[in-house]
Amino acid sequence: MSRHFQAVFGREEDLLGAVEEFRADGFEIEDAYTPYAVHGLDEAAGVRRTRLGWVCAVLGLGGAALMMGFQQWVSVVDWPLNVGGKPFASTPAFVPVMFEVGVLAAGLGSVVAFFLISRLYPGKRAFPHLDGVTDDCFAVVLRAADQSFDGSRAEEISQLHGATDWKLIDPPAIPRRRPAVAMRWLK
Amino acid sequence: MPTLTLDKPLRVPLIAGSKTPGQVTADVSRPLEGKATPLWWGAFLVSAAFLCLGAAAVSYQIATGIGTWGLNRTIGWAFDITNFVFWVGIGHAGTLISAVLFLLRQRWRTSVNRAAEAMTLFAVMCAGIFPVIHMGRPWLAFWMLPFPNTRGSLWVNFRSPLLWDVFAISVYFTISAVFWYFGLIPDLATLRDRFRKGWRKKAFRVMSFGWNGSMRTWHRYEVVYLLLAGLATPLVLSVHSIVSFDFATSVLPGWHATIFPPYFVAGAIFSGMSMVLTLMIIARKTMRIEEYLTLNHIDAMTKLVLVTSGMVMLAYGTEFFTALYSGSEYERFVFLNRALGPMAWSYWIMVSCNVLVPQLFWFRRFRRNLTVVFIATIFINIGMWFERFVIIVTSLHRDFLPSSWASYAPTSVEVATLLGSFGLFFTCFLLFCRFLPVIAMAEVKGVLGIGRPSRAPGPRVGANSKSGGA
Repeated sequence: MSRHFQAVFGREEDLLGAVEEFRADGFEIEDAYTPYAVHGLDEAAGVRRTRLGWVCAVLGLGGAALMMGFQQWVSVVDWPLNVGGKPFASTPAFVPVMFEVGVLAAGLGSVVAFFLISRLYPGKRAFPHLDGVTDDCFAVVLRAADQSFDGSRAEEISQLHGATDWKLIDPPAIPRRRPAVAMRWLK
Repeated sequence: MPTLTLDKPLRVPLIAGSKTPGQVTADVSRPLEGKATPLWWGAFLVSAAFLCLGAAAVSYQIATGIGTWGLNRTIGWAFDITNFVFWVGIGHAGTLISAVLFLLRQRWRTSVNRAAEAMTLFAVMCAGIFPVIHMGRPWLAFWMLPFPNTRGSLWVNFRSPLLWDVFAISVYFTISAVFWYFGLIPDLATLRDRFRKGWRKKAFRVMSFGWNGSMRTWHRYEVVYLLLAGLATPLVLSVHSIVSFDFATSVLPGWHATIFPPYFVAGAIFSGMSMVLTLMIIARKTMRIEEYLTLNHIDAMTKLVLVTSGMVMLAYGTEFFTALYSGSEYERFVFLNRALGPMAWSYWIMVSCNVLVPQLFWFRRFRRNLTVVFIATIFINIGMWFERFVIIVTSLHRDFLPSSWASYAPTSVEVATLLGSFGLFFTCFLLFCRFLPVIAMAEVKGVLGIGRPSRAPGPRVGANSKSGGA
C-alpha cells in the first residue's frame, strides 16, 4: 500500500533543486532526510511553520506568574514574616526568582513539547532509517501509492539534479496513531 | 537572469581544508573510535588524582566541620566563596558562545560551542560544591528549596539574594545541560550510525532518541534551538547579576555598589572566554582539530577577551573614583586599603593580570601566536580569581571597629578543595573529549562551502538552474 519513491543526493543544492522541482510538478513530498538543517528546505518542500513558540511563551509566562503568586502567598498569606521591617508583599524582591522559574518552565517545556510532537524518546529506533543521512547523504522521499504517481518523471528529475541513487521502496507499514489535536495544531 | 561571478570567496572559509560533510564526520569521530592516547591517559590520571585529593579534603571538612578553614569572626567569607564566584564566572563563556553569538549570527561559533557548553556544565558543577559545603550541614541542603514541611510550613525567605542565587544557579545548570544535550542529539545519531556494534552503539541508540534527520524534525529543532538561545541570553546576564547581588545588597563598603551586576557579568565573560581559549589551544593540539579551530577562531575569541577586559578596567576605575568622590570615609578607606594596605599584593596581581596582560591582544601578531595567547589566558584566569578574592577578603578584613581587624590565610584543606575542583573540572572535560564529539558536527557541516552555490568559491549558479550535479 505505502509505496514510496526515494532519491539520494550528495549535495545540499542538488536536494534543494530537486525538491523544488518535485513540488512544482505536483509530487507529494513525504519527507526529506538531511545530515544538518538545510536552510530553505522547509519552504521548498512546503513544511508549515511550527507553533512550538507558543508553548515557550505560554509556559514561560505561566511559570513566572505562578511563581510570583506562590511567593506572594508564602510571604503575605501563609506565614507573614517581618524581615527588617520590609512590607510583606515586597514584590521587587520576588522578581529574580520569578524570572528564573519562568525561564526554566519555558526552556524545559519547549524541549519536552519538541520531543512529544516529533515522537522522539530515549531508546527509540530510528524510523525510517536511511543510510548515510546522518553523515553526508541527502534523501527525499515521495509518496508513490496512487495511480497519479509518474515514476518516469520522478526518475528524470532525480537524474537531472544529480541524484546518486533512486528507487521505489515498500517500507514496512507501522501503525501510527493519529496525533492528538494539540499536537496537530502545534505542527 | 544575470549571474554574479566571483573569482574567490568574499570571506575566508570558517573551516580550513575544504572539508566535505563526510570528512567532518570522520575527523570528529576519529578520537572516539581509536584507543586513548598516552597523553590522554597521563592527563586523565593527573586530573583524577587531584579529584581524589579534593574528595578527601571535602570528606574531611564535612566530617569535622568548616572550622578546618582559615575563617574568623571578621572574615566570614573568603576562599570558598571566591572559588564559587570564580567557577560560576568560568561557566558564562559557554552560554555566551552558544546563545548570544548564535543570536548575533556569528557563524564561527560552531567550532567551539560544543566544548564551551560542556565547560559551562562542569564549571557550574564545581561552583555548586562550594556554597553547599559552606552551609556546614550539607546533608540539609534541600532546606534551600520551598517545600511543604512539618515546621509550619516554614518557607524559605524569598527576599534574600542568597536564595535568589539557589534558583539562579540551579536553573542555569538545568538550562545549560538541556541546551547542550539538545544540540548533541543529531551528532549522537551520527555516531549511532557510525559504530557497527558494541556497547557504545547501544548507548548512542538510547541517547539519540531515534533521530533520523527528517526535515520536519530539523525545522522544529531549529525553532526550539532559537527559543533556547533566546532564553539563555537573559539567563546568562541574570545569573552573574544575582551572584553580584549577594554582595551588592549588603551595607558593606566595597560590596555595596550599584555597578556590581554589569561589572560581574563582564568579568565572568572575560574569565570564561580565557578558560575556553586555554582549553581549546590544548584540545586543538592534542586532538588534531587544527582545521576546525583555526587561528581565525582564536583571533575572534581574543578580541572578545580584549573587549571584556576593557569593561572590567572601566569598572575598576569607576569603583575607585566613586569611592574617593563619595565623601564617605569608610568607602574611601576600603579602596585605599585595597590598593595600598596589607593585602595590596592581591589587588596589584588583579590589576596587572586583568588590565595590563590583555593589552597584548591589540596586536594581531600576538592574537595569532598560540604560545602568547595560552600564557596570557592563564594569567587572566589567575587575575580573575584574585578579583573575587580582593572583593571578598579586602572588604571584610578591616571592620568598622579597629579592634575586629583581622587577616586571612587559607588552610591546606581549603587549598586542597580548590585543587580538587580543578581535578573534577578536568576529569569531566577529558571524559567528554573521549566519549562525545567535541565539535558540533551537524552545525559545522552547515557552514561548509560545499554544495552551496551562494557560499562556495567559484562561479555562482542560479538557484533554479538545472546544472545541479556539476
